[in-house]
Amino acid sequence: MSASHHNAASHDNHEEHHVVPVSVYLGVFFALIALTWVTAWISTIDLGPLNIYVALSIAIFKASLVVLFFMHVKYGTRLTKLIVGCGLFWLILLLFIVMMDIWTRSWMGVPGR
Amino acid sequence: MANEPAVALHEAGHTGAHAHPGYGEVRHHFESYAQQKDASTIGMWVFLLTELMFFGGMFMAYFVYRQWYPDAFASASLKTNLWLGAFNTTVLICSSLTMAMAVHSASTGKRLLLVGFLIATLVLGSAFLGVKAYEYHDKWVHHEIPGEHYECEGCVDAGHTSLFFALYFGMTGLHASHMIIGAFILLVLIWQSYKGKFSAKWYTPIELFGLYWHFVDIVWIFLFPLLYLIDRSGKGGIH
Repeated sequence: MSASHHNAASHDNHEEHHVVPVSVYLGVFFALIALTWVTAWISTIDLGPLNIYVALSIAIFKASLVVLFFMHVKYGTRLTKLIVGCGLFWLILLLFIVMMDIWTRSWMGVPGR
Repeated sequence: MANEPAVALHEAGHTGAHAHPGYGEVRHHFESYAQQKDASTIGMWVFLLTELMFFGGMFMAYFVYRQWYPDAFASASLKTNLWLGAFNTTVLICSSLTMAMAVHSASTGKRLLLVGFLIATLVLGSAFLGVKAYEYHDKWVHHEIPGEHYECEGCVDAGHTSLFFALYFGMTGLHASHMIIGAFILLVLIWQSYKGKFSAKWYTPIELFGLYWHFVDIVWIFLFPLLYLIDRSGKGGIH
């Protein structure tokens, strides 16, 4: 009884301390700052239809850095990862299914439009 | 029968220590600090997902109207101030770093560093809101707030540019209101940290508030390119 309690306690302490090194935070921070100014700079160059894709790709990359490192999802439990993944999936459902309609509507030449 | 005294002793010890679990102790329905913290973290993430869908609806509206009126969105977007936007994004990312460092200080039990980083986060968050207020005022002066006196000087498809500004104020306003709420929560956390309510063993409110603050940062990471950077080359190449 006491042995199992002791194990639970030490397991407990081990589980709790996912201390991320400061160097990781600083690395993520400088990457985020650099990408902010890169995306601002790229926006002044005319890439035609590609501008929005470049801007959104950079934003998605930056957001992933924040979620994985600042929000500790990389070090989180599998259940946390599953919940975050479900949320993203739901958001993609919202955006993608509506945009399929919006994008393709003009292809058909709907009368009255 | 042989087990009974042990069970009784365990129960007594248990209820003795946790009859009224105080602030920061393991509640009786949890096995351990780790399990309690996991449950809190998951609860916070579920809340953030509702926030994601809340903001998601506005992003959805943005994408639909941008698809329908690309020229109006491109020219209205030029009315925003690129430098202030980039500066504010930088300020917000700095506040995310100080918040991450606050959580780090809490997890290593450094009380004064925790208080310092939380204050830094509050200062940076307030600076962001200050710049935002300056930008709103600029829009007010130039009649770029949708309504009776709205005008968009030199805009293409000016009739639809008010849609851009409606979304601009809706999205940045919702974002700013999240930051204002965050600033008030920060005040409470700073006070509690100063009073020594948190320890390396238990700092769940700091950790969960960090998740909230970073989430608000992520929303801005998307708002910045979508509102400020549509067509900075000014050639209308967005179709």
